[in-house]
Amino acid sequence: MAKTLGPVKRSFAPWNDPAAKPYIQYQGITKRFGDFVAVKDLDLTIYEREFFALLGPSGCGKTTLMRMLAGFEEPTEGRILLDGQDMAGIPPYRRPTNMMFQSYALFPHMDVTENIAFGLKQDKLPKGEIDARVQEMLKLVKLEPFAKRKPHQMSGGQRQRVALARSLAKRPKVLLLDEPLGALDKKLREETQFELTDLQYELGMTFIIVTHDQEEAMTLADRIAVMDKGKIVQVATPAEIYEEPNTRYVADFIGNINILDAGVTASSADATKLTVPGIPAAIEVSRACPASVGDAAFFAIRPEKMHISLDRPVETTVNALQGEIWDIAYLGDVSIYHVRLDNGSVVKATVTNATRLVERPITWHDKVWLTFARDAGLVLTA
Amino acid sequence: MNTRLTWFNATSLTLGFLFLYVPILLLVVFSFNESRLVTVWAGFSTKWYVEMWNNQGLMDAAWVTIRIGLMTATIATVLGTLGALALNRFTRFPGRTLFSGMIYAPLVMPDVITGLSLLLLFVAMNFARGFWTVLLAHITFSMCYVAVVVQSRLVTFDRSMEEAAQDLGCPPVRTFFKITLPLILPAVVAGWMLALTLSLDDLVISSFVSGPGATTLPMKIYSQVRLGVTPEINAISTILIGIVTAGVIVASLMTRRAEIERKRAERLAAATP
Repeated sequence: MAKTLGPVKRSFAPWNDPAAKPYIQYQGITKRFGDFVAVKDLDLTIYEREFFALLGPSGCGKTTLMRMLAGFEEPTEGRILLDGQDMAGIPPYRRPTNMMFQSYALFPHMDVTENIAFGLKQDKLPKGEIDARVQEMLKLVKLEPFAKRKPHQMSGGQRQRVALARSLAKRPKVLLLDEPLGALDKKLREETQFELTDLQYELGMTFIIVTHDQEEAMTLADRIAVMDKGKIVQVATPAEIYEEPNTRYVADFIGNINILDAGVTASSADATKLTVPGIPAAIEVSRACPASVGDAAFFAIRPEKMHISLDRPVETTVNALQGEIWDIAYLGDVSIYHVRLDNGSVVKATVTNATRLVERPITWHDKVWLTFARDAGLVLTA
Repeated sequence: MNTRLTWFNATSLTLGFLFLYVPILLLVVFSFNESRLVTVWAGFSTKWYVEMWNNQGLMDAAWVTIRIGLMTATIATVLGTLGALALNRFTRFPGRTLFSGMIYAPLVMPDVITGLSLLLLFVAMNFARGFWTVLLAHITFSMCYVAVVVQSRLVTFDRSMEEAAQDLGCPPVRTFFKITLPLILPAVVAGWMLALTLSLDDLVISSFVSGPGATTLPMKIYSQVRLGVTPEINAISTILIGIVTAGVIVASLMTRRAEIERKRAERLAAATP
């Protein structure tokens, strides 16, 4: 699947274009299983050729959302439109979507060729065309030498490729991927992630992936919907989700973040001042505050956006925190310093190990200063 | 754990097997007896097999039994498989617990009760007793066994395979024949064989519901033995034992081969990068 040169990442953002035609629309979707509400009054729009990720912990409703598009579940309320057509009452075998299952769901009594050809045979395509399409798919996933193998005669990675080829063979309008890389080891998973993005770009299909792995969602998707308890908390590009999370939940779910309880002391159109109890220095953030003066808020900052130093900074009254090194996690590429602040809370700061240090300049129980730029942090209210 | 064959283990094993197989072995040996007396050995002979072959009553009973057995096995397999599918698939319908309990009930129900209740039913319905009542009775009890066997296979069946088939454009009924049935076929075949065996050797229920012209082989043998055991009976019993043994051996070889095949394939998969 990999090419000699990776594709140039397109400038693709139909969600910012008010004239763009929505491709998949969830409108007021609610899904109940008995008393359990899996999806709660949800609206979502996905555009053509988009690689869209549904991200959330297990039980957040992401799989249900996908299964409703595939036709395995009917929404209790609301409707789903695909390319303008209402999908209500259309059984799975008549929908223009194909799904790659988490368990791969390969047919054990059929060999690789028969598995890939299965969907094409249902369409009653002429034999020559089926053969040609199967060959094309085998080539696409680099499984030509395994055409006559049965699924149980293959490794996990190969099975995953068969499942992918089978779901792509019918050239669906939308490909649904349910935790497709969950069963692979880390190396293989990373490789496959890049292959998937290349493939999606080449084929020009709309891909929707369900995953609980934030790294996977960040690598693959054009946009991510972060879900919690049947609701979408935020829909945005990976960079926006990381840099501008709209809630503590999203900030916490994606990557590492330090969150401190704070109070708002001043606020203007482009600046917010906060105080953190027990910290002498004021905190300034160069963005508008969602809360009003006097309210409680959270100050959030990513570990890599803090500068750690043994030296006293020039400015100690604003955006400077003093503390003691509590713990150090050396991960090779980066080191994570756990710093215990004066008020007792512990924050993390990451330092990239750009040079090969024989001895660490900062070590346990050192008194350090943490400083950060005015645009580095975030103010969250929820 | 002590896995060695101790003196105690060896003795209990020997006694157990003797207890199980000596009577059968005696029966087989005496079917080749020259003498008419079943307890005195007078030399090897196959004349009782010839005699058996010429015994019209015995042969008629055998023919009835085979016909009922094959029909029972086939119909009970279809009904039992459908029942197992329904219980496995529709997990939320009123009375499901009752249903799944009821499918096990005939397994533990004394034959006498089953036979008597069926007889009462046929009498109440004014149904002439004979071949068809025996067939119905056999289907009734053996389909439960089929349902239990098939259901145990369905428990481990990955339903996402059916979803995948439908997702690829295969309607539900075709999905059943293309995906589900081939995968549960070993259990269905096992169920069929079980139903056949159960039908072949049933005596009690058949005696209750049978009528003129529908004497099964076990009934015939039983009635003849009451007049005294003849070597003919030994001969036909030996043949029955042979058929059942062959069936059991074939079935276990089939499962063993499938297992070996699967293990070999898994090793192959592990070896390829």
